[in-house]
Amino acid sequence: MKGSRSARTLSTTFRYAALIAGALVMVIPFLYMVSTSFKAQAYVLTFPPQFIPDPATTDNYVQALTTENFGRYFLNSIIVSVIATSVSLLVSSMMAYAFARFDFPGRELIFRVLLLGLIVPAMMLIIPQFILAKQLHLLDSLPGLIVFYIAGTLALNTFLLRGFFESIPAELDQAMQVDGANAWVRYWNLALPLAKPALATATIFTFLSCWDEFAWALTIINTPEHLTLPVAIQLFQGQNATQWGLVFAASLIAVIPVIIVFLVFQRYFVQGLTAGSIKG
Amino acid sequence: MTTLTTGESVTGRAVGLPTTARPALRGRNHSGRRFRSGLTPYLFLAPGVILFAVMIIYPMVQAVQMSFFDWKIVGSATSQFLGLDNYIRAFNDPHFWLSLTNSGIYMLFTVPPQIILGLMVALLLKKKSPTQPFFRVLFYLPVVTSWVVVSLLFKYLFADSGLINFTLGDFLHLTNGDTSWLAERWTALVAICALGVWKGIGWSMMIFLAGLQSVPQELEEAATVDGANRWQRFKAVTLPAIWPAMLFVVVMLVIGGFNVFTSVLLMTGGGPGGQTDVVLTYMYQQAFSFLDFGYGSALAVILTLIVFVITVIQLRLFRDRSGESLA
Repeated sequence: MKGSRSARTLSTTFRYAALIAGALVMVIPFLYMVSTSFKAQAYVLTFPPQFIPDPATTDNYVQALTTENFGRYFLNSIIVSVIATSVSLLVSSMMAYAFARFDFPGRELIFRVLLLGLIVPAMMLIIPQFILAKQLHLLDSLPGLIVFYIAGTLALNTFLLRGFFESIPAELDQAMQVDGANAWVRYWNLALPLAKPALATATIFTFLSCWDEFAWALTIINTPEHLTLPVAIQLFQGQNATQWGLVFAASLIAVIPVIIVFLVFQRYFVQGLTAGSIKG
Repeated sequence: MTTLTTGESVTGRAVGLPTTARPALRGRNHSGRRFRSGLTPYLFLAPGVILFAVMIIYPMVQAVQMSFFDWKIVGSATSQFLGLDNYIRAFNDPHFWLSLTNSGIYMLFTVPPQIILGLMVALLLKKKSPTQPFFRVLFYLPVVTSWVVVSLLFKYLFADSGLINFTLGDFLHLTNGDTSWLAERWTALVAICALGVWKGIGWSMMIFLAGLQSVPQELEEAATVDGANRWQRFKAVTLPAIWPAMLFVVVMLVIGGFNVFTSVLLMTGGGPGGQTDVVLTYMYQQAFSFLDFGYGSALAVILTLIVFVITVIQLRLFRDRSGESLA
């Protein structure tokens, strides 16, 4: 039987059956969420459930987009995520370059301390960070979100980029040095352009984690004008009966940029994961 | 932790995983691959190190310090030194033990399924085919969706007249279809764990897919020629090759499991009556609802220590199993 055509067809059939079943479990909740976002409140929890909304309505989207500062929340999320991601990538790529290209006293020690930041999860630090933000007058402000998002993503990005920089032949650096290029020029004109796949991967991860961050924003932001999307969406639940249609319409609007970023960068992203996280 | 930071792993090429130690390159400045040039590396490091020291390291130290105090958030009030009182209080606090048990249950019932299912999907997707990227995206979709959105989504699916009850009751006829999932401790934990597994499979699949690229093809073929069946080939060829990926996935998932917070907060809020609290929701409540920052810090420190010890034990176990191939 081994290698015969019928056995191979059977195994392929089984493979696809398993994959399709799994994929359905992954996707049906999302499809159902899309469906509910087009339902009026009276139809969100009917029994049996409605898979195709009848009557379908776009009211939830209209309501999400027009009321409760939704545009403001969206803008806040964009501002915070874009600034935090850019600064985090700049600062951590500089650190990564120093670790990858220089020998200096304290190199091991600093790197190990940085590793500590990878192991201790963000939630463990939320209490002292809250006190610190209070002392620095960063509570209830977008800079308060940005600064801590940058600090929180430094360790992982440095780790990822350092590995990539080290895979770039040092001879290129040395050749540039002979030509009189200083360290900054070598970093900016040589290392960064060559590290594009790793930078793309780090950008996606960092943007995602800032865009989706919930606990810290929930803790330090009080003023509605300073809310970001994750906290705002959670507030859309309302006081009494949850407005599920509205919640999911808002969620879907918030998810769209993320899915676009993911689909656009997918090629880089998988490359970076492969090159970065696992030794080939 | 020890393996991740052991000696020359710093010069290893891979990221996220310990690698075979490389010979130290320091001291061979001109023929080696690194430069020695006085102040320059420190200038490159300065912005990041300062930020990291102020925003991450200082709070780490302060968390430990605060845990020894009855910490007062108001400027005028003085904080009272309590010594180990907060820790003794935790030890005698049944609700802390309940929350720790819930965290442990979450870890136990989400980590193994994520590993097994993630690995199975990765094995099914290993062969390059036109449909492979499509399936990869579908399985990865929950990973890139925010915890807030998926938590609310699952709260909706597990609602009394939600899709889960309909599927189990009227469609599969496995239950009466009237389970109040989120109103009772165990069923609520099932819902929370289901979310954890559903959201995490794509992540471990991705890491395993990357790891599977390092499986030596010749060895697999040789084993097939020798008459090894699928399971034997998996055990003898595939598993050793993806062992580093396995280590990475297990360590990260266990840390992540104890870090569960948002899904519990949004799906049950720790309810009913705190029955589904995990350590972090209990800590959060102590700190930001009751303003008991000292006790909250003590809980955070305890959880950090537990996670740290478990991580070290895992790394030791993996190292014993794989001998020289790691670290």
